[in-house]
Amino acid sequence: MPPLLADFDAAPLALTLRVATVATGAALLLGVALGWVFARTRLPGRSVLEALCMLPLVLPPTVIGYALLVLMGRRGPVGAWLREHFDYSVIFHWHGAAIASALVALPLVLKAASTAFSQVDRDLEAAARTLQQSEWGVFLRVTLPLAWPGILAGTLLAFARAMGEFGASLMVAGSIPGQTQTASMAIYDAVQAGRDDVALLLALAVSALSVAILVASNRLLSRR
Amino acid sequence: MKTIPRFLAMLTLASVSLAATAQQITVSAAASLTQAFRDIAMRFEASRPGVTVRLNFAASGVLLQQIANGAPADVFASADQDTMDRGVSQQLFDPATRRDFAANTLVVVAPAGGPQGLARTADLAAPAVRRIALGKPATVPAGRYARQVLERESLWAQVEPRLVYADSVRQVLDYVARGEVEAGFVYRTDALLMPDKVDIRFTATGHEPVTYPLAVVATSRQAALAKDFAAFVLGAEAQAVLARNGFARP
Repeated sequence: MPPLLADFDAAPLALTLRVATVATGAALLLGVALGWVFARTRLPGRSVLEALCMLPLVLPPTVIGYALLVLMGRRGPVGAWLREHFDYSVIFHWHGAAIASALVALPLVLKAASTAFSQVDRDLEAAARTLQQSEWGVFLRVTLPLAWPGILAGTLLAFARAMGEFGASLMVAGSIPGQTQTASMAIYDAVQAGRDDVALLLALAVSALSVAILVASNRLLSRR
Repeated sequence: MKTIPRFLAMLTLASVSLAATAQQITVSAAASLTQAFRDIAMRFEASRPGVTVRLNFAASGVLLQQIANGAPADVFASADQDTMDRGVSQQLFDPATRRDFAANTLVVVAPAGGPQGLARTADLAAPAVRRIALGKPATVPAGRYARQVLERESLWAQVEPRLVYADSVRQVLDYVARGEVEAGFVYRTDALLMPDKVDIRFTATGHEPVTYPLAVVATSRQAALAKDFAAFVLGAEAQAVLARNGFARP
């Protein structure tokens, strides 16, 4: 076996998958809930809230990272509280990377969910209500199944985005090999250290995975 | 409207020829030299009218990578001999221009006002020290020196799970200043920049001497001016600036 493959460190890839999965899961829950609210209700201040939720899509990653540091750092409001009551900090922990990745993944799920929900035929929901379905029943048995392909397509995109998160997660979680060093950070470190072979292998692995996800997402979208 | 294109062409030609005759050098220097070299560059420019010095600060290993990949630097100032050695073996620098110009001390710092009890290297293994920041040993000389310190005391394996690696010695300083880590390895000159935020706990021992070499880049297009700058750094005025910033003679 060529020496590079023999002692190839797969930890960054495993960590990337773990962080991206957790981040996408959180983004999915929040994105579907908020997407439904934005598509179906007329809350006051809705447009402002929607703009805030979409903000991580356009903000530079360093701004997001800095904001998280200020909030969740030892001297920040949330960070100090967590440290005092739970002896827990997300800084230099993979949870911090997951939070940063969830923030950038949320807009993608939110947009997809909001669009998908608004495209569900309201007459079908009304019909379900006449058949004695509760609001929850309407949501679970009519709205969600109809909106699901669109939401899933957005979730896959969000997963790919979470996998590629770099700037914000580097600022918050650092690049600690085996603990918080994701594939993107490992590539960055490898390039800095002149290890082009490691960088290339990791870049190819991440690219292949991202292409597979995008293909799957497109298939889902075209199936509707 | 033929005058406008002609005027623009003349302007372009004029600026190109101006750029060719304008004297400018790029100096890639280790992050720990930021304040000192800014001062030195200013004095160099003041003493040589028409000359501009562009400064580029990062970890020495990162700067070496840039130069190896063709970045247009004219002078390279490293925080350790190892990075310079690597550059010389890759024939990136003119070996005849290599000179040591400064020395520094590695210290262990902690957030200001923190609990005492960090007096020597062995104390870093205490459970209360949850996170220790140091530069990435592959690219940051200060990180390499720190690794030597820990290995000399046979502490490396023990503290490794608690290490946080930074891209430069200044980032280590930032981590300590924010209170995100309990201890960090920086140079004395860096610690002196933030006396209100970091405390120097002790001077590290067990590493090779911290000396800073500089050299002119082999592919420099301004070799004469680059050598002039190198000589200036070794001269009395620049050495005084370095001393004021806390550096020692090599």
